[in-house]
Amino acid sequence: MVWKSILFLLMAFVIIAGISFPIVEHPALWYQFPIIPGLEEKAKIIFFHVPTSWLTVIAFLTSTIYSVQYLRKKDLDDDAKAYAAAQIGIIFCILATVTGSIWAKFNWGSFWNWDPRETSIFMLLLIYGAFFALRSAIEVEEKKASLSAVYSIIAFVTVPFFIFIMPRIMTGLHPGSANDTNAGPVVNFKMNSNMLLVFFLSLAAFTILFFWMWRLNYKSIIYKDKLTKKLV
Amino acid sequence: MKAYSLFKKDIQSELRTRYAINALVMFILVTISVILFSIGSEKISEYLTGGLLWVVIFFSAMSGLSRAFVSEEERGTVMTLHLIASPNTVFTGKLLFNLILVFAMNIVIALLYSLIFDSFVLKNLSLFIVAFILGNIGIASSSTIIAAIIAKAGSKGTLYPVLSFPILLPLILTLLELTKFSIDGASIGESYVELTVLICYNVVILTASFLLFDFIWKD
Repeated sequence: MVWKSILFLLMAFVIIAGISFPIVEHPALWYQFPIIPGLEEKAKIIFFHVPTSWLTVIAFLTSTIYSVQYLRKKDLDDDAKAYAAAQIGIIFCILATVTGSIWAKFNWGSFWNWDPRETSIFMLLLIYGAFFALRSAIEVEEKKASLSAVYSIIAFVTVPFFIFIMPRIMTGLHPGSANDTNAGPVVNFKMNSNMLLVFFLSLAAFTILFFWMWRLNYKSIIYKDKLTKKLV
Repeated sequence: MKAYSLFKKDIQSELRTRYAINALVMFILVTISVILFSIGSEKISEYLTGGLLWVVIFFSAMSGLSRAFVSEEERGTVMTLHLIASPNTVFTGKLLFNLILVFAMNIVIALLYSLIFDSFVLKNLSLFIVAFILGNIGIASSSTIIAAIIAKAGSKGTLYPVLSFPILLPLILTLLELTKFSIDGASIGESYVELTVLICYNVVILTASFLLFDFIWKD
């Protein structure tokens, strides 16, 4: 209950602040954001798009952690947890792709540019897709759990190439790419402190959102499982 | 040593039936001729031929490499293997077999390819050869572990490329980049980062495969 109220407050603040706080040339008041040349109002996507992809990676990480846990203890509960995390993950992966793609149309001129980060999110989508395809192909519970656990671990060890290395060593459009001269690491690119505050609050809110949704989804998977077993 | 005898057994049974080899050869011919038909008399750019080479290699690998484990399941010899060898030995043997298969297949593809496409000219051949060898090791190792998953999953054919593609994608993109470099004639020093990525990929995939194969094999 405490977490839910914190989530509500944070989310409400982030949504209000992210959408309605004005962007002005010389920010004087605490709620004014500075203009970033070339982005202007479009800079506000950072409060929603980046946390969405952040959540995708957390979900993927959680899913892998519980996959490892399953292989160690062979407890089907862990498999349900991994599966629940992956389900949340793919929803937010699609959301991040779609929001980013719409934004790219207005800022970079086309929906898809094969920028390294776009490649990496596409890759995550493919991995999630393959994970669910594998799960749906196997009937036996234990086999399904262990094979998909192995697959998600293998996928997880190759993904860092994409999400964390490639976007930084290759030239691209996103902040933090190799040819991005005016930006350091992703976070300190020309955001002033109030923008950073909203951004980090948004990250926190999305992290709590993930754990809440994940628990709900896990419970619903368990109940569904119990119901089908009762019917059979 | 047991791994080697397992590898020898695979080679012998393969030479007896020649199932994977025949399928692979036909597949290579079919893909290359489809590319030739679709190009027609058009003159295509060098970069495009470099990209198409890896398309041919990827799909040929997908058509033949799952045999290693699927054949054991089909013939019902899995139990015997369980009895006589440890999982690591089985995996090493299968990996060796797939390595030989990938190398033979890709050398044939690359030779055929450079004969057929005039515009496929590599200015820096040594860079391409290094990338080619590292890439083949990567393709063989990741497709072996996915083949092990597929063999246990029951639905053999269609799932294999679906599962392999995301895992192979980092490798293939780096290889595409390296092929582009060797067409441009860049030196090995200039493409140092990409080569390191390939080596890292191989190490990561091999380690993960050896660690995880136990869980696939003993179900």
